Amino acid sequence: MTGARFSAVAIAAVVLLVLGALWTSGSLHAHGPEIRPESADGTLSGSAAEWPSREQWVRALSLRDHNTRVVVLGVTMLGLASGVIGSFTLLRKRALMGDALSHATLPGIGLAFLVATATGITTKSLLLLLVGAAATGVVGVAVLLFLRRYTRLKEDACLGVVLSVFFGAGIAVLGVIQQLGTGSAAGLETFIYGKAASMVPGDVVLIGIGGILVILVCGLLFKEFMLLCFDPAYSAVQGWPVLGLDIVMMALVVVVTVIGLQAVGLVLIIAMLIIPAAAARFWFDRMLPMTLLAGGLGAASAMVGAGISAVFAKLPSGAIIVIVTAVVFAFSMFFGPARGLLPRYVRRRILQRRIGRQHLLRAAYELLESKGGLEEHTPRWIAFDELLTKRSWSLRRVRKLARGAQRAGQVELNDGGIALTDLGRADAARIVRNHRMWEMYLITYADIAPSHVDRDADMIEHVLDADMIAELEGLLSRPVASCR
Amino acid sequence: MSNPTALQNGPRQSAVSPAHHPAGKEHSPDAPLSIHDMTVAYHRKPVLWDVDLDLPERSLIGVIGPNGAGKSTLIKAAMDLVPKASGRVRVYGLPYRKNRKRVAYVPQRESVDWDFPVTALDVVAMGRYRRIGWCVPVTKKHREAAREALDRVGIADLADRQISQLSGGQQQRTFLARALVQDADLYLMDEPFAAVDAATEKAIVKILKDLKADGKTALVIHHDLQSVEDYFDYVVLMNMRIIAHGPTSAVFTEDNLRKTYGGKLTLLADAAEAMRRVQARS
Repeated sequence: MTGARFSAVAIAAVVLLVLGALWTSGSLHAHGPEIRPESADGTLSGSAAEWPSREQWVRALSLRDHNTRVVVLGVTMLGLASGVIGSFTLLRKRALMGDALSHATLPGIGLAFLVATATGITTKSLLLLLVGAAATGVVGVAVLLFLRRYTRLKEDACLGVVLSVFFGAGIAVLGVIQQLGTGSAAGLETFIYGKAASMVPGDVVLIGIGGILVILVCGLLFKEFMLLCFDPAYSAVQGWPVLGLDIVMMALVVVVTVIGLQAVGLVLIIAMLIIPAAAARFWFDRMLPMTLLAGGLGAASAMVGAGISAVFAKLPSGAIIVIVTAVVFAFSMFFGPARGLLPRYVRRRILQRRIGRQHLLRAAYELLESKGGLEEHTPRWIAFDELLTKRSWSLRRVRKLARGAQRAGQVELNDGGIALTDLGRADAARIVRNHRMWEMYLITYADIAPSHVDRDADMIEHVLDADMIAELEGLLSRPVASCR
Repeated sequence: MSNPTALQNGPRQSAVSPAHHPAGKEHSPDAPLSIHDMTVAYHRKPVLWDVDLDLPERSLIGVIGPNGAGKSTLIKAAMDLVPKASGRVRVYGLPYRKNRKRVAYVPQRESVDWDFPVTALDVVAMGRYRRIGWCVPVTKKHREAAREALDRVGIADLADRQISQLSGGQQQRTFLARALVQDADLYLMDEPFAAVDAATEKAIVKILKDLKADGKTALVIHHDLQSVEDYFDYVVLMNMRIIAHGPTSAVFTEDNLRKTYGGKLTLLADAAEAMRRVQARS
């Protein structure tokens, strides 16, 4: 099955990524941890006008540069973790909650910085800033849940309120810091758009621990999360702690958001949570392969994005990563075998052609039936003109369908008409019987919601049990043709 | 309103019951489901009033009532899915949360998103999750049990289909299989017959009869009045409160049905409407 093949590919991709990560981490010896280096100038400033030289490209993409290697490894881990947890939040239909959460981290970052400066702790201790970020992020989600539960506002309105208010508060805090003029505040705004280049090995260790934690918990609670996403009420009835599981899931989103602040930034981290998972959904109709692929896609696009941003040093890395992710998404949307647009179009065309062919065979069969030509052994020719009277279809379409049927060995074809072959006659008989059974069924059991019977996908035998088939056959065999 | 001096303490007979029971009785320990004085409100709007109900063992029970009568709420409140304003519920003599494994729930088909990336077999296996326990994946043994349950509902050949590619009836059968695989004693089913094809309806009826033959009990919310007498040996007629309950032959009468369905503006509905108006003003 294609499903199995794709899941094998997804697993292989994840394994390769992990191996690559291990290899890279081997070269990560002790650099000064927890202190962020001097961060570059403003995030959106600077021009990318100078196109990088070929040498720069090679350097960056071959990961020869130690710094690039650190950045790529960290961001890849982040992509992996965000793809995995993103699959669950997407299916829990809480994807946008991550957005409220990430925007709500900004005031925390500012406040943590203020606290750090005031108490004289190492300024810009990354861990402290991230703790602050997580704190207000959680508060943001709590406010969101509170609003939704007690105000009866709809979710989108609550999201809008929380997201904008917290982000605004964060900008205000950053403004205050600027006013204080401590000078060392520069670089805090990299958290808004992300600046992967400012990562050091210590940051990667932090991201690695966070990412592994997320993946581990998702792996352990896979079936619990799956049930929670699919049918929370049933989960509660079985006695699973639904609220607790939701909190754990949200906590994992907090972890991913916080460790992703530096590389992707709080405005765009939501993309890492939604897009890989949404893209993976186009490829698989089962949750485990979908989740693995989402992790793989997240990791791969983060890796590529970080590589590119290493070349264009002045572009915010978050933006580039998101653009790469979007390309992956667009590709999946068109070509994903499970529900991509192209495979769906092809399937529809195939179905239409099959239905058209069935119409042709049925028309031919019914014409023979009305002329008593069914019992003859020599094939009897049916003129296109006759076929045209059976349905409202063009001569061109009938000819086209006839050519298809000829290729399938169901009819013989000449300029004036067609003749059923033995195979064609057998197929036609089956189609006509099936069609009439359906008509009988819809007449006999008209009260039982025929729209809920999947007529196109199944033979009638597949939908009805033997008793009913027998009953319908009995009705069909009555002397007067009972349909039409 | 409960009367502590009420004398009848013996196990209640499942005889024809009038609309109002004398309150304050003991829970009968054998009853699969025993509800006392239960009132439920959504957003301050009462949906169930003083429900008193003891289900007889080994029976198929139909719950009948118009839309908005609180039938789903009855089931959900019994399983603590919605909070009760008052009242007690016992499942085989114990609170629900201590006796979960003896209860299997078949929710309404519309309650979930059928686009979800799982197969029919995956859904049925969910009925085993509690038994499998925390953090352990679904093992082969449980997958086999799920496959058998799908076979019982007649769609074993569709086990590996993604659930959106099942017809409505097949989806309903999948939900039923998920309940069967739990191997419970009491089955609470929310409209399993809603909008299913004839074959599915027959399959479900057969399974209900099998369950009863195995000594189990099923409480089924049902809409089609025509088939009540064929399918159920006990009925509960309700419209925000219990109108009547008892053996079908005795309770399923035109008179009771008129009380259940007749005239939207029953006294209770009026009272609820008045309360809503008062609350809206405050």
